[in-house]
Amino acid sequence: MSITLDIRLKRANKVYHEGEVLAGVVVLASKEAVQHQGISLTMEGVVNLQLSSKSVGVFEAFYNSVKPIQLINSNIEVAKAGRIPGGKTEIPFEFPLSTKGNKVLYETYHGVFVNIQYILRCDMKRSLLAKDLSRTFEFMVHCQPQKAKLVAMSVDFTITPETLQNVQERSLLPRFQIRGHLNATNCVITEPLTGELMVENSQVAIKSIELQLVRVETCGCAEGYARDATEIQNIQIAEGDVCHGLSIPIYMVFPRLFTCPTLETTNFKVEFEVNVVIVLHDDHLITENFPLKLCRV
Amino acid sequence: MMIQKVSCHFKSIISGDIKDHALHSRERRYQAELQSSRLECVPVEFGDYHPLKAITVTDAKSRRGARKGSTSSSSSSSSSVALDPLSSMLDGTDPLSMFAAASAVEDLGRKKREEEVVGTDFEPWSAKRGEILARFTTTEKLSIVSIYHSSAKIFPGSSAVSEKVRTRLEELDDQEEGSQRELLNLSQQEYANRIEELNQSLKEAWATDQKVKALKIVIQCSKLLSDTSVIQFYPSKFVLITDILDTFGRLVYDRISSMCSADSQTLPDSFTAADVNDTAKETCLNWFFKIASIRELIPRLYVEAAILKCNRFLNKTGIQETLPRLTAMIRGIGDPLVAVYARAYLCRVGMEVAPQLKDSLNRNFFDLLSTFRQIHGDSVQNQLVLQHVEIPQYLTLYSPAIHWILQCVAYRAPDPLLTEMMERCKKLGNNALLLNSVMWAFRAEFVAARATDFIGMIKDCDEAGFPKHLLFGSLGRSLACADPPEAERLTILNEAWKVITKIRGPQDYIHCAEIWVEFTCRHFTKREVNTVLADIIKHLTPDRAFEDAYPLLQSVIQKILTYFHDFSVLFSMERFLPFLDMFQKDGVRVAVCRTIMEVFIKHQLEPTRDPVILNALLHVCKAMHDSVNAMTLEDEKRSLSLLISGFIRMVWFGRDFEQQLSFCVEARATFCNLEPLLVQLIHTVNQLAMETRRMMRGNHSRKTAAFVRACAAYSFITIPSLSSIFCRLSLYLLSGQVALANQCLSQADAFFKAAVSLLPEVPRTISVEGKSRSSESLLLDFINNFFAMLLVVPDHPEHGVLYLVRGVLNMVQDYTWEDNGDAKVKVYISALPLLAAMSQETYLYSIPKVDSNETLYGGDPKFLTEIDKLCETLISQVLDYLKTLGREENTVRRQGSLSFSLFSSLLAHGDLRNNKLNQLAVNLWNLNHKHGCSDTRTSVRTLEYIKQQAQQPGMAHIGDMVQRLTLQSRT
Repeated sequence: MSITLDIRLKRANKVYHEGEVLAGVVVLASKEAVQHQGISLTMEGVVNLQLSSKSVGVFEAFYNSVKPIQLINSNIEVAKAGRIPGGKTEIPFEFPLSTKGNKVLYETYHGVFVNIQYILRCDMKRSLLAKDLSRTFEFMVHCQPQKAKLVAMSVDFTITPETLQNVQERSLLPRFQIRGHLNATNCVITEPLTGELMVENSQVAIKSIELQLVRVETCGCAEGYARDATEIQNIQIAEGDVCHGLSIPIYMVFPRLFTCPTLETTNFKVEFEVNVVIVLHDDHLITENFPLKLCRV
Repeated sequence: MMIQKVSCHFKSIISGDIKDHALHSRERRYQAELQSSRLECVPVEFGDYHPLKAITVTDAKSRRGARKGSTSSSSSSSSSVALDPLSSMLDGTDPLSMFAAASAVEDLGRKKREEEVVGTDFEPWSAKRGEILARFTTTEKLSIVSIYHSSAKIFPGSSAVSEKVRTRLEELDDQEEGSQRELLNLSQQEYANRIEELNQSLKEAWATDQKVKALKIVIQCSKLLSDTSVIQFYPSKFVLITDILDTFGRLVYDRISSMCSADSQTLPDSFTAADVNDTAKETCLNWFFKIASIRELIPRLYVEAAILKCNRFLNKTGIQETLPRLTAMIRGIGDPLVAVYARAYLCRVGMEVAPQLKDSLNRNFFDLLSTFRQIHGDSVQNQLVLQHVEIPQYLTLYSPAIHWILQCVAYRAPDPLLTEMMERCKKLGNNALLLNSVMWAFRAEFVAARATDFIGMIKDCDEAGFPKHLLFGSLGRSLACADPPEAERLTILNEAWKVITKIRGPQDYIHCAEIWVEFTCRHFTKREVNTVLADIIKHLTPDRAFEDAYPLLQSVIQKILTYFHDFSVLFSMERFLPFLDMFQKDGVRVAVCRTIMEVFIKHQLEPTRDPVILNALLHVCKAMHDSVNAMTLEDEKRSLSLLISGFIRMVWFGRDFEQQLSFCVEARATFCNLEPLLVQLIHTVNQLAMETRRMMRGNHSRKTAAFVRACAAYSFITIPSLSSIFCRLSLYLLSGQVALANQCLSQADAFFKAAVSLLPEVPRTISVEGKSRSSESLLLDFINNFFAMLLVVPDHPEHGVLYLVRGVLNMVQDYTWEDNGDAKVKVYISALPLLAAMSQETYLYSIPKVDSNETLYGGDPKFLTEIDKLCETLISQVLDYLKTLGREENTVRRQGSLSFSLFSSLLAHGDLRNNKLNQLAVNLWNLNHKHGCSDTRTSVRTLEYIKQQAQQPGMAHIGDMVQRLTLQSRT
């Protein structure tokens, strides 16, 4: 005798906002009728913080501070104890997405050291002889649109050997001049990052120009904090020795799940940066960093 | 038993002396019989009736008022069209066209998709594919990175699993899918096979729901396009890989489209984003997010372009926003060759998905112009040096892509835009490459109108760059389809030819010249074409360069033949025949001759006697004829004969019959290896003789009499060289008839004698289409035919009475017939009607101005006795034979049918008032019925016929006979 349990939400994209109602069905499928002690749904929202391996040793002292932060935890009963007939049964449910007290529902985010995840779990209790059944289902939460007016500020940049920091022997560098701009660093998360870049001249042929999207995650408390920057994705915008004097578009879509509006709380921070990386044919690597502020409108 | 009474046996038919069963032939009044037996004539309306029209059965019962008591009360008339068996056979698709259809399906599908959005005047990509694949090849070794080695990161970032675990998982993944390796040293074919394998595994992965694997495959493939090692193969590689991308784009589109149609009907073609459900949209969005996170530029670009059409599911403006973005993205590609092909792909997808968006096409072209200097940049030069590729060769690699881009841009574009494009191209240094594509891709009319300008521009081009002959080739191609202004034509030709004639390599030269021949033929007279031909001959003769250029030279001939249908003009070109002489390889030579003859047969409608045409074509036909040898296939011989006889038929010297005959003599000498031609010639000569007769209205003068005798002589000496015996027999007969019609008695006699003496040589089996068949029926047919002729052939004064008839019968007697066959007796029976007809006072038919035996003998009793004797002998022979047949159980059926045919003969031709004959007939009837193998229906009808005959005056006697003919009842 086998029974399968499944949760289906009405929304195909599984994205919900605070105050909305998750509507869907619990789908039970079995060949024969099944006796059960009740079916319930649990909604859970948790922030998991993790310290990077390099930090653990140093900051053992505040290990406790990185326990998961619960954002939401509520429960409803879908069906009372009884019998489910054989075949496919769909039990509809509506589950409001709301918090108790003044807790804020952060946006779903999958990172390396910070993870914000919302799940819906369906449990079916059964008599002692049979195992309880459980099924979890992740759904996305998007935070409420931010009210603040977003001012798109174009950011210009020029990269020459002189503008570089962190260079050992400046005289050994080949000559080059690259100019460009980002249309905004205050970005709407649903819109791509755009801009232009032009190689005005370069002594050495260019091998590749890339956009590196970086997440900067900070976990900490009063005692101290750990801040780590890791790459989310790397998008090549130019390959080979591009035509000089011709502007190349900068364009990058922010990946879903792996980005969220820039987040700053007492316990953790999630920020984003973009690096414009220019690789020269002699394997010189030139990076220009731009902090980003992501928001949802 | 009647047969037992017959106990005679003869040594020879002719010397037979038994008079038991003399055939007393009945007197015939042919005219009267004809009148009485003629069918009633019903006038036919020609509009309604045609023998080949499908038969329409109209059932109109109620219209016949005369038919009383009709049970049918309905007045409807139903009509049914009987199917023509031939067309109904072919109604279903026959196997050959089914194959053709099957192979065309794929192409058709591809073409269809492209034609939906653009007109049919847009040359689709599928037309270019093959050409590119054939042109850009390499013998160098290629390498391909194995598919499963995926370094493209599809999912960004990844979760909180530690690095170590992730690596381990990836390793496992890889092991599952096969090891990563780079395949080196692949030949071009292996490379193409490899890519086809990838195409298959893409479809497979898709079918087994491994969408991620499918995407990986596509990314891997498009990554190959950033690799420009073995650069001369790049265009072909592009073709192969974009095929995969097309497949992928189609798979994704179809899948999402099917998701939409799950809950309702299938999406209409003109759907909007509003018609698409959320699940489909989400899936579609997912694809775009995944593709947006592909690391490398080139795969990201190509894959997104491949699924460009899917934007339709998301929103209305998706495509028109994406196209310019992708166009701009290409600027990031450093290698100009890779970039230009990426542009070509984008244009191709753009034309297919949204042909109305001209802007991004133009944008692409302008971007191409602004990056044009890259081609001569350092990195390209270094690469070329490394790969040992010359600049001109490198530049030609661009052609297909630029052609395509320009074709898209120029498609239905207004003239001012084209002019602007041209101006822009002009401004760039070393623009030959662009110029070439402009001429290739822009409307031919546009190019033709500015042909003089183009020539100027071509002349200004740098010698070291793009090959000039290609430029002139492109210009010539445009001018072949569109006409430049009338006044400039000659200048254009002169200017162009001035350059073409200086092209050094004979191959390059002929490539270019071949194209310009069309322009020359189209607008100029034979004089110019002749000059062009002379120039080609001059260039290709040294070192026998023509040997490598046969296909092109053939195409030159073809083009000339398209425009010059008047063969007298054609052959008056001095250089035409010398040009033909360049085709020295046998097969090619024959092929060219064939083309010429086909055109001649198609376009020469009037017979000709022009000596120029005759000489030249005789030369051409001789070339074809001389190619025949022992190895030549039958089919080949047949088709050659067909072509040559087409020529022979077209030769007519009008009233100059002598010359016609001497032409036939010459032709016979020339075409002695092809029998069908000899047959054709004999027919021609026979026709000539009859034509002479017609002209003289049957009264030959001394001169014409001599001429027709010469004709007969021609036939007489030609016929023996034929190998087919039946062909010979029928030609002897035919020529004999012609000779007789022309009052050449001794010649006719000779023909008939020859035919008779040929009879014993007829083999018992002949081979028909490779199978051996009995020749008996053919022989019987011929003999019957021959008998019919013999009626009017007068006896030779020096030979005895009925010399030829006796001759045939003797031959028949001596011939080794098939065992257990009745053929011999059948011949005897069929000789009876002939003899009966001969004994009439006036013959059934006669030949004007030839006295048949009726006049020669004038009903001389001796002659009649002679005939009677012969009949007697024949009948006794038949009866004898019937007797032997009766002895055995298994032959009685044959006995029955033979006795019935003899009965019929007697009934029709014998004078049944004669008691003996009457009795014989009755006996035969009974014999037929004795064994119960007679056909009752035939018997009944025969009886009816006899009764009807008995009504006729003077036929009362057979009425009595009917009483004695009993019908066997079937019990």
